[in-house]
Amino acid sequence: MKLKTFKLGGVHPPENKKTADIPVVPVDIPKRVSVIMSQHLGVPAVPVVEKGDKVKVGTLIGEAKGFISANIHSPVSGTVFKVDGVTDATGYRKDAVIINVEGDDWEEKIDKSETLLKEIKLSPEEIIQRIKDSGIVGMGGAAFPTHVKYMFPEGKTADTLVINGVECEPYLTSDHRVMLEKPDEILVGVSIMMKAGKVDRAKIGIETNKPDAINVLSEKAKDYPGIEVVPLKVQYPQGAEKQLIKALLNREIPSGKLPLDVGCIVNNIGTAFAIYEAVQKNKPLIERVVTLTGKGLKKGGNFLVRIGIPAKNLLEKLGEEIPENTGKMISGGPMMGKAINHLDIPVTKGTSGIVLMSEEESKRNIIQNCIRCSKCVSVCPMGLEPYLLEKLAEKDMFEECEKEAIVDCIECGSCSYTCPSSRQLLDHIRYGKQNVMRIMRERRQQ
Amino acid sequence: MNPVILYSVGVLALIAAGSAIILYFVAKKFKVDEDPRIGEVTEILPGANCGGCGFPGCSGFATALVKGADKGDISGLACPPGGNETMTAVGEFLGLTVEESAPTTAVVRCNGTKAKAPSKLTYEGPTKCAIAHTLFSGENSCPHGCLGLGDCVDACDFEAIYMDEETGLPVVIPDKCTSCGACVRACPRDIIEIRPRGRKDRRVWVACMNEEKGPIPMKNCKVTCIGCAKCFDVCPPVANAITMGNNLAFIDGDKCIACGKCIVVCPTTAILATFEPPKPKPKPVTEEKEASEVKK
Repeated sequence: MKLKTFKLGGVHPPENKKTADIPVVPVDIPKRVSVIMSQHLGVPAVPVVEKGDKVKVGTLIGEAKGFISANIHSPVSGTVFKVDGVTDATGYRKDAVIINVEGDDWEEKIDKSETLLKEIKLSPEEIIQRIKDSGIVGMGGAAFPTHVKYMFPEGKTADTLVINGVECEPYLTSDHRVMLEKPDEILVGVSIMMKAGKVDRAKIGIETNKPDAINVLSEKAKDYPGIEVVPLKVQYPQGAEKQLIKALLNREIPSGKLPLDVGCIVNNIGTAFAIYEAVQKNKPLIERVVTLTGKGLKKGGNFLVRIGIPAKNLLEKLGEEIPENTGKMISGGPMMGKAINHLDIPVTKGTSGIVLMSEEESKRNIIQNCIRCSKCVSVCPMGLEPYLLEKLAEKDMFEECEKEAIVDCIECGSCSYTCPSSRQLLDHIRYGKQNVMRIMRERRQQ
Repeated sequence: MNPVILYSVGVLALIAAGSAIILYFVAKKFKVDEDPRIGEVTEILPGANCGGCGFPGCSGFATALVKGADKGDISGLACPPGGNETMTAVGEFLGLTVEESAPTTAVVRCNGTKAKAPSKLTYEGPTKCAIAHTLFSGENSCPHGCLGLGDCVDACDFEAIYMDEETGLPVVIPDKCTSCGACVRACPRDIIEIRPRGRKDRRVWVACMNEEKGPIPMKNCKVTCIGCAKCFDVCPPVANAITMGNNLAFIDGDKCIACGKCIVVCPTTAILATFEPPKPKPKPVTEEKEASEVKK
């Protein structure tokens, strides 16, 4: 049988998923954690605690502000040390609540037990409210507030829930481990999401490089009506929502539209687990699984990390140092993640992994002239012309960029990855896209 | 004569006459009155089309000037590259007096040289500040400092700004700078500012844009403004040129009398000037301090 995948473009970088067999271990809670208030897409949360306030695990410390925003809860118990700026992954300072840890005292309403609760008691509206209150965001990396996806605009309905278990980024294995270790919870989570979205079928897409996860989930999915596990051909960027919908349902989202316009809701595997915990156990999003990996590391590992714990604590837990020949540290996957300049940055809701790349791997080659080979065009999953967009953006020709649909770019980096002349395609395209989006925003405001 | 030729000439003559009549009426009906002064004012302007005046090119500015002259007021309009000379000439032509404005120049408000703010990482992305700014805080980790990739140099039409290889910072050549503001718009971190050139070319400015509290920037840069307000305290009351805000001192170039007192008291040498500051009165304590600093 031919495996399903998306048709247009795509690349297959070396997978390097060396941590796939390592079980998730929790990281010890340090003496102090810094919880950044802008962990999600959209408006940063507003701190609702002050210096000296006592907080428990699960206490609301940041309140969502605006429609696209998410609540933030304390991942530890203790005293608020201060509300101040901390350096985030990009080196800029962001508002954060810094908490001195005292013990591990949880809010009473949270069910800490491991027992699996299958029965969904809440109504769809209550589920969405619970998701919103618990500060659930997309756990794939972009951290889009999840409740927004379930608040359908007038007249729109969904018929399929698409669950992203693809994890197409090289190196990362956090979703893979969650699928192996919490399959039942994920499936209950998916059922909850189906109820919330009022859909009767869900498709979980998993790439065939995770045969164990496919087996476990498809075996268990037999007990859950409407849920189907679909093995997919390994191809990057299959985890992007538009590509995933194309692969699973063969539906295409028109330019500028959303998955809901073709009747789909797309969520990540990690999000399904977070929703299970939020709805069944009343546990807000305070921890996530993070992969720490890299060729230079002896082992690497998958860790259950409370939000706000510095990334260096993962390395400590592993008992290793930063390898000497490390050339680049990346928060997220190597294709779409962001380079970070030190490991003191706190883990956020969107941190799917920390990858330590060797100098050799991370070195950029000498930029040469475009030889018009059109490889970038053939790998672009959105059907754009990266070589052209790069040139236009470089020359600040934003109007032309807009005509060439630069805003459709999903910033997957396939073009830069594949370019034989090592041109910095995505860097310039991203610059052009940001400016075009700014211009479009200004136009809307007028 | 061949009648065909006669007919042809006749028909063509008729068409020509008919077209001439149409053109005559069209020209009357759709006549655009362009003030002849606009062309002449454009002649007076430097013709650099730099946009420093805020209008699209010199002819755009000339139109604005003539419109202003009709209302009897062209104050507020100025041609940065032409300076007072051009504006006086324009004023004379339009029969208006133009107030002389103080000459200005661009200054770079960052002194985080490679030595003072050493690089902690290497950036290999595109050499464009606007791109680097969106990616990270900079090689020296200062989120307000110069990225040193030269967007301002590319933006300058007058070759008045260049990158100093040694310091990694842009340098403005005041004699070439026309204060058109292209570099100001190009800098994603608003580090470049247009300031009065000052009397006898003496000007003082705070070469820092960092708004964080003292200890945080000090980790990245030795010459950051820490907002200690010492300069604010010594600024003579006659000038009162220094204001404090966001952990940062700002010297108002219009008020500053360039006495240089603030330069001496700044503990981080974040205040730069185009002249040698007055030497502090020799005090044994400060000498010792200086000696110990030299040792460090």
